[in-house]
Amino acid sequence: MAIICGEHLGREVDGKRILEDISLEVSEGEVVAIVGPSGSGKSSLLRLLNRLDEPTSGTVYFEGKDYRTLAPAELRRRVGMVMQTAFLFPGTVAENIRFGPAQRDEPLSEQAIGSLLAQVGLEGFAARDVHNLSGGEAQRVALARALANSPAVLLMDEPTSALDEDSKLGIESLISAVVASHRLTCVIVTHDLQQAGRMAGRVALLSSGRLVRTGLTREVLGAERQS
Amino acid sequence: MLNGNFSNHFLLGLAQAGLAAVMVIAAMLLARRRQIHVERETLIALLRGLAQVIAVGFVFIVLLRGPRWTSGIILACMMVVAAMTSARRAKSIPGAFQTSLCAIAVGAGLIIVIMVLSGVIARTITALVPVGSMLIASAMNSNALALDRFRAEVESHVGEIEAALALGASPAAAVARFVQISYRASLIPPLNNLRTLGIVWIPGLMTGMLLSGSPPLYAAVYQFVVIAMMFAASGLTCLISTGLIRAHAFTPAQQLRLRGKTA
Repeated sequence: MAIICGEHLGREVDGKRILEDISLEVSEGEVVAIVGPSGSGKSSLLRLLNRLDEPTSGTVYFEGKDYRTLAPAELRRRVGMVMQTAFLFPGTVAENIRFGPAQRDEPLSEQAIGSLLAQVGLEGFAARDVHNLSGGEAQRVALARALANSPAVLLMDEPTSALDEDSKLGIESLISAVVASHRLTCVIVTHDLQQAGRMAGRVALLSSGRLVRTGLTREVLGAERQS
Repeated sequence: MLNGNFSNHFLLGLAQAGLAAVMVIAAMLLARRRQIHVERETLIALLRGLAQVIAVGFVFIVLLRGPRWTSGIILACMMVVAAMTSARRAKSIPGAFQTSLCAIAVGAGLIIVIMVLSGVIARTITALVPVGSMLIASAMNSNALALDRFRAEVESHVGEIEAALALGASPAAAVARFVQISYRASLIPPLNNLRTLGIVWIPGLMTGMLLSGSPPLYAAVYQFVVIAMMFAASGLTCLISTGLIRAHAFTPAQQLRLRGKTA
């Protein structure tokens, strides 16, 4: 069953069409990669899935409900997002991880914070000031911060593209492990076809704002390599 | 020296204005020797300023003969102009004029009403209009600073704000830090006025009272009262405007609308 499903999604900005008639279903527990060249609309599509931007046509169904009937804050808690840059809030790592649950007045115990940090390989980092983190560490904190909300779906927008090669592979395998252990549904945007091959079971290929192909990763990427 | 040569106050004033203008022109000519050319702007500003204050003088001649309620209309007009001026600093924020008008009308208006009711501002046009205008001007300047700072902070922290929204934060929570920064920044000028009052500057009202023969101690204390009222009007105005403007920065679906050039 599809947990999140975009139907005929389109988006125009200042009269320019950046996405056109995109329909995409993602089943529970599935990892789908959205790939395509720069400017093909990958990140724009991802931003429609948690309603950070508004579709100009079509809509998204989350757990069978049109997401326009849901409170945006609740939708975004259930459909979490990790961005290309970590965008951590000033303060400590623990304060960042507490942020999501605190919005619903749900305090997060020290133990829960410790457990989340352990999952992203940052044991003992709770009291660290975020200004003293490397790019890779910051991205791990961003992942732990998103997981603290217990999302049903996790959207990832090029989560490794701002990192160096070593950190990139580390974060990539960490994300795969975390997604598998939480049985998370995941939609990941990447321009790296090899990364899509390593991380996703299914791929959606975008070009000039249109969905040109979707299917099993090996089939789509195989067809792309031949073309 | 000039006083002895003129029996008519208006002519005396014009002669004094001429002397002041000569000093401005002298400063301008000194700047010219250093290849700094501000002659045109200075002359235009001088003539414009003189024309404006003479026009205001004529308005006062008419007003002083008019009924007391006209001061309310004048202050309301001043608030509209102040809101338009403030809103110009935040053109990219939708609803900036309405927000500014509401904030200045409530912020400055409330302080004026309280001070009139308590007798601090006399119920005469000659007291209400000038003192009221000082409060409105202070509210306008602080409001413009608050809106400008809010716009700049939001536009330079789009990623952080959207990260907060993506974690389920409300728009108010997502921009809370930037509202606080804007509010603090907007109060720097009135706070500095209070801090340096009587040390770095002796403001116009006190100077005017001294020139017109008021006891120096009363003039000094009344000046403090006016500066404190200006602070209160600014503080209240910016509290309202920063509270209202954040709603305009987001769509009803809690998407950041104020994205600057990043959109």
